[in-house]
Order: sequence, then C-alpha cells, then structure tokens
Amino acid sequence: MARKDPGPQVDRRKFLSGVAAAGAATAAAAMSTPVARAAEPAPAPRVPSALRPTLQVAAAETETPRETTNRIGGRPGSDFMVDVIKTLGIKYLPANCASSYRGIHESLINYGGNKMPEFLTCMHEESAVGMAHGYFKIAGKPLMTLCHGTVGLQHATMAIYNAWCDRVPVIVVGGNDMDAATRPPGVPTFHAAQDINALVRDFTKWDDTPVSLAHFAQSFVRAYKIAMTPPCGPVMISLDAGLQQEVIRNHGDKLAIPRYVPTAAPQGDSGAVKEAARLLAEAQNPVIVADRAARTPNGIKLLVQLAETLQARVIDQGSRVNFPKTHYLSAPPTAVSGADVILGLELSDFWATVNSYTDNGENGGIGANGTRIKPGTKLISISSVELNTKSNYQDFQRFQVIDVPMAGDAEATLPALIEAVKAAIPGSKKAAIEQRGQAAKKAHAEAEARAKQAAALAWDASPISTARLCAETYAAVKDLDWSIVSQSGNVSDWLNRLWPLSEHHHWIGRSGGYGVGYGAPASVGAALANRDAGRFSVNIQADGDLMYAPGVLWTAAKHKIPQLAVMHNNRGYHQEVMHVQRLSNFRNRPANYGADMGPVGTRIENPDIEYHKLAESMGWWARGPIKDPAQLGSALKEAVKIVQAGQPALLNVWTQPR
Amino acid sequence: MKRTLLLVAVLSASQAALAAGSADKGKTAFAKHGCWQCHGFAGQGGVAGPKLAPDPMPLEAMSAFVRNTRGGMPPYQKAILSDADLADIHAYLQSLPKARDYKSIPLLNP
Repeated sequence: MARKDPGPQVDRRKFLSGVAAAGAATAAAAMSTPVARAAEPAPAPRVPSALRPTLQVAAAETETPRETTNRIGGRPGSDFMVDVIKTLGIKYLPANCASSYRGIHESLINYGGNKMPEFLTCMHEESAVGMAHGYFKIAGKPLMTLCHGTVGLQHATMAIYNAWCDRVPVIVVGGNDMDAATRPPGVPTFHAAQDINALVRDFTKWDDTPVSLAHFAQSFVRAYKIAMTPPCGPVMISLDAGLQQEVIRNHGDKLAIPRYVPTAAPQGDSGAVKEAARLLAEAQNPVIVADRAARTPNGIKLLVQLAETLQARVIDQGSRVNFPKTHYLSAPPTAVSGADVILGLELSDFWATVNSYTDNGENGGIGANGTRIKPGTKLISISSVELNTKSNYQDFQRFQVIDVPMAGDAEATLPALIEAVKAAIPGSKKAAIEQRGQAAKKAHAEAEARAKQAAALAWDASPISTARLCAETYAAVKDLDWSIVSQSGNVSDWLNRLWPLSEHHHWIGRSGGYGVGYGAPASVGAALANRDAGRFSVNIQADGDLMYAPGVLWTAAKHKIPQLAVMHNNRGYHQEVMHVQRLSNFRNRPANYGADMGPVGTRIENPDIEYHKLAESMGWWARGPIKDPAQLGSALKEAVKIVQAGQPALLNVWTQPR
Repeated sequence: MKRTLLLVAVLSASQAALAAGSADKGKTAFAKHGCWQCHGFAGQGGVAGPKLAPDPMPLEAMSAFVRNTRGGMPPYQKAILSDADLADIHAYLQSLPKARDYKSIPLLNP
C-alpha cells in the first residue's frame, strides 16, 4: 500500500499486540489522541517518594482503569466510510460476513444504526450480488455488497458477470488486508492480495483502491456515478482493512464527501438520428427490436409512442419489459423477416436478431448460418454498449454491419428520434401507415389465439405442462399487483405468451450472462424491492438453479421477504440434457442414460430433491411434490394467502421439460 | 429393373416395419430415445421443439425427416433408433387425444 503516513500511535495492530503483551493498563494509558499527545511537554522523570500515595494515586495503581474514550484512540475511519455511503441513499447491503471488512461491518451496524443501508445476511457472495441484481431490476436503484476480497470475491464473480452482461449497477466492495508486514498472520494472508480488483476487471466498468479516507469518499461516489451512467454496470472497490480500522486523522483539510450529481445519459448523434428517422418514415415495413431499451417505466411509454407513430411492430427480446405484450404492435421474433428497415435498441446480439444459426453438425460440426431478413434491409442501431467494451469477455457477439449505428443510450435518444420521425413522415404515407396498423392488429389477435391453443396441448398431462403451470399461477395472482421476479424459468416463454406483461415491474427480464444460479437470488432481491412497493412477487423457480446456493431461501425468511416460488422441477439441467443428446445423435451413438431419464451427468433424479422440505427447513411455507395438475390450483390459492401474510412460500411442482 | 425391384422390396419391408407400430411400446420408446426432451412427454412441443401430436405427420414423412433432418433437430439414424421403434413412436403420437378448444378452458380465458 502506498500510504506512508505513520498513523496513530495506537492503532488496531498495537491494540492486538497490546492485549497479549502489555495488559489493560498499558492500553488505557494510550487513550489520548495523537494530536493531543504531540502538544504535551515531555514528562519529568519520576522521583521515588517515601510518602503514602494519595487516594487518587492508589486508585490509579490498583483499580480497573475506566475507559474515557476507546481502545483505538479515536473515531474509526470506517465510521466516515459509513457517512459517505449514507449520502447515496443505498437502502440495503446483502453480504456474507468476512473479517477483512469487519471494520466497516461494525460501523455500519453500530455507528450507522443498520439503516441506509440495512445489512442483509447472505449465505453466499453470489447470492448477495444476485440479490442486488434483482433489486435493481425492480427498484432502479443500486445496492452495494461487501465481500472478502479474495475468497468472497471469487464466490461473487459469476453474479458480477451476470450483472455486467445485463448492464446492471452493483457496487462491490472487497475487504483486503494489504499491509503484508502488519496484517495478522495466517488466514488473513490467504485472504489478501495485491490487486483483488484484477479478478473482476474484465467485467466491471471501473475499479479503484482508495488509500486514504478522502480518497475513499471520492472513489465511492465516483463508483456510484459510473455504475449508474448508461451503460450501467458493476463497479469494484478494494477496501483496505487497515484503512477501515485506523482512526480518522486530520491532515489539515477537513474530510469532505463529494455531492453525487447523476450524469445525463449519452444520446445518439443528431445527424444519425435524422437519418434513422428518414429511413423509418419512408419504410414500407419498419420493425423495432428492443432488448434493454426501457431502463425505466418511461422507456416503455416512449417506445409505445415511437411504434404507434410508425405503426411499426415491436419485437421485445426481453432483457427488460420494453413494450407491452398486450399491445397490438407486439410481435414475435419472426417479424424481422418481412422488414425493410429494422431499428435495434440496446441489442446485445444484433447478428442473431437478423441471422439464424443451426446447430446440427453441419460444416464439420460447427453448424450453419443463414439470414432471417430480406436482402437490402436497412439496419439502425442505438446502443450505449458501444461506449463500453472490453477485450477479454466479448459479450457483444458476432460482428453485424449496421447502416446507421449510434453510440448512445436508446431511452435517452428516443424523444429526439420520435420528433424526427414525426417530422420526416410525408403526408402521402399516412394512409399506408394506418393500414400497417390494421394488419398488425389482426396478426396480434391471431398470434394470441394460436398461443392459447398451443397452451391447451397436454393440459391435463402429468408431469404438469409448463403452459398450465403458468396459466394456473396467473389465475392465482391476477387480481393482485403482481410482479414476476424470475427470468424466463425455461418454461417455453409461457410467461411472455400468457401473462399480460405491460408494466416495467411486471417482469425482471433475463439474467444477462445466463449463469445458472442467478434465478433464486435475483428473485429474492426483486421481491425485496416489491415488498417495499407493496407488490406481490411470483417466482417460477428452476430446480437446478436453486441448488447453486439454496441458502438464499434462508435469507428471504430471515429478512421477511415474501414471494411465491413455484418450482419448475423438471428434474434435470435440461439444456444440457438436450445438448448431450444432440451430440450423441451427431456421432450416431445411443446416449448413455445410466439409470436416469437423460444422459449421464445431466439429470437431477435418483434421488429426487424434495425442494419443499428444503424450503421448509429454512423458514418457508412449502408443499409438494405436486404432479397432478388438478391439485395445483388449490395449492396455489393456499400459498398466495401465506405470501400475503408476509411469509415466503414454495410449491414443488413436477413439470414437463420445457 | 433389378434395382427398381430391390427398392420396392426395401420400401415395402420398411413400410411393413413402420406400419406395425404399438402405441404402448411407442410411449416407452418416446422416453427411451429422448424425444420428450424437446417435444414434451405428450408431444405437445415447446420452445425447444415443435408439437408432434395430436395429428402427427405421416409415418413415412416423419421417418424421412428423423433420419435426414437438416433443421434444428439432430438426426436419429437407425443405429440409435430402429424402424420398429420409430413406428411405435408414431403409433403413440397418433394415439394421443386432441387438445380441447382453448375457449373451453377458463384459465386460458382470464
């Protein structure tokens, strides 16, 4: 660590050694502040006395010393860190406790009163970050987490990567005892590193290692600001254990906390906006595709306004609720095939939006590519991710040539684009645009009927069909202010096809990095935000996902975060079931199922996991396994009442694979 | 001429084998060969594979597709799925009842 200041004469390290070597009297004698001590004259040598000691002297030498301040000789630096954190209005701090951040932990719960933020006890760092991820998707505000800078951060990395890919801000603070010469020997050395941030640098927006309290104040506010500026993303701060525990010293300048002022989101270039508007206004069949376009509820309103102005169909790829599924301009992914102009808004994969990939062993096993669109279709992109790319983890996918690419935030650019489109639509096009809308209404109604008829297939099957699972669950909560706090849940998109998703909070969207294990913690984080908003949270919980870190169930019960979890228990890592089957077929070999229903290594059966018992053991109300669809409705009704009373509830439902 | 006769004989034998399907055996084969993984236990389909039942495609067409697919579905050659098993699977799919009209299901008309 670069900090050269000698620090206080009594610091935490002297405190530790003092306890062992010098005893309480020594420590008590060192209570005065360093500044005060420096001003005192050197004491004169003591002269032996034959007189009886005074009462005061006798008491001082024989009684237990009374502490006038504290053992560290002042106010700990971590108290000031809490002051900094409190200026940003961070409501919760999900974390798994660790000694490398014990200084700030103590300050948070004692000095800070365990409010703003409130410490939420987590059983895994991946759960803590996943909770912060899910919370932001509903609340639109970031949470911070604390972790051991090495072992804890390694646990947290997958969830940080999901947040990175999903453009979600999370402030990760890793405790790190940096001074190798003075840190306690043994475990703290295994749990320290020169540069803990290096572990996540490839998938965080920014990181820093503050070396003073003033530096911490600037780093933390800067981290918050960077995380929240689109494209949003996780940030990392390495927090020295010594800095947390040492006393606040006056270096001449009063410690100051910078005021947080949000940075305005970047907008697309005005010339490019005008050109995009011209293309859209003159198109015969413009199609809009949105993935993370609606960062806020206002983003949905803007997208509806643009779509209605053009009577353009909108494909919502679903990393957020971008567009109401109930709107007649809502369209399936296949709608790109008839487009002559496609506007992509915050797409993570424009290539796959307009191309297809078939994984069937072609071309020596690498698969085959094809196009989904007509030749000559013009492509427009507005994406803030162009402003923030990294080399190692290239989540921006294959290269797609775009006719009008804009580096900017889609939601921030939409107002200008809407006005430009309105100005660019020629009067002669208005009838054709109206007709386009009529055709879209017809197509939407037909698609809805087809979806419902498809849902009727296997309606009475056991295990229960995923369509019925979703329909039964909707029936149980439709009169409540509901919010789906799971990702797709791998239920054949029935949530999107059957539920009237229209509000920003109706669904938290996908995970970003598709790291399994995101679902359960994200659902708890999102449910926490919904609890504060008075909403009812529904989680279609995948079985394999839950088992990555099921301790998050306990966190939900502990902190009274209600949700209705309906298990999609297909008893397997089903994506991998299909992958290994596929490869076996390519190679013309029967897949080895062992004693299970699918390829060895992919199934979660023999024995079956009793998720209801698992949840019950951690404070949830739970029932199952439910295999008969006729029993699902009544179980759901009972569970909903429990959740409304404030307790999380889980139904273990055996389901069809997808 | 000999080749034509041979082809006819092979097709006849194949169709005979295909025609001898058993729905009961087919249900077992449907699970054993992993068809359910993408199409569901009742052939209802989903995001990973289209609906197979009710009203499956004709057996000959299904056989041709399964053996030579170039789409999203991986091929099943005879080494891993016999003609007899395929015919049984087809019989199973044929035996599955038609879905109810969604308009008759209250939950699909909230």
